[in-house]
Amino acid sequence: MESFFLYSAVVLTIIIAVPLYRVLNGPTLYDRILATNAIATKTIVLITLIGFLFGKIEMFIDITLAYAILGFIGSLIIAKYLSSSKMKEE
Amino acid sequence: MTEIQISISILFVIIGIIFMLVGSIGIIRLPDFYSRTHSTSKSDTLGIIFVILGLVIYEGFTQSSFKLILVVLFIALSNPIGTHALARAAYKDGLNPFYSDDELKEEDKE
Repeated sequence: MESFFLYSAVVLTIIIAVPLYRVLNGPTLYDRILATNAIATKTIVLITLIGFLFGKIEMFIDITLAYAILGFIGSLIIAKYLSSSKMKEE
Repeated sequence: MTEIQISISILFVIIGIIFMLVGSIGIIRLPDFYSRTHSTSKSDTLGIIFVILGLVIYEGFTQSSFKLILVVLFIALSNPIGTHALARAAYKDGLNPFYSDDELKEEDKE
């Protein structure tokens, strides 16, 4: 079962590396933020799989919760800032 | 009992990884910002729910599996909210959809 967790973590790392293309040359700013958000949400699953791989899920699950909350707040604040700064210019 | 538990867990994790692969390809292949939000909000959320539920089935009834269910509930709430806020900011900024001929209406921007 540990080898299955290892292989799925490797496959998930390859899947996480795919949206970096959209981060590097997205046409607009929103595409880059969207791809960054996708990477952040998939990293939650990767941290959980690494916790099962090391056998210390009691420690890694708290890191997962904190990472999920920080990623959500960051994405929301960036979206709020972009819409409000555009209104202030007009 | 343990064999069935491990088999269902492996099946759930593989289904979730396939969903996340589809969403990750969709971010590259789709032509527009508004269509890319579909791939990152729907299929990624479903993939994360499947993978973590498979890990919960593997873990059994412990405190860690309860916290994993809390993570699933939080992601199912927060990921569509963040994507929707981002799409709303882009729409207010005046980003036009790809397959649409008409421009944005002026009263919709406010």
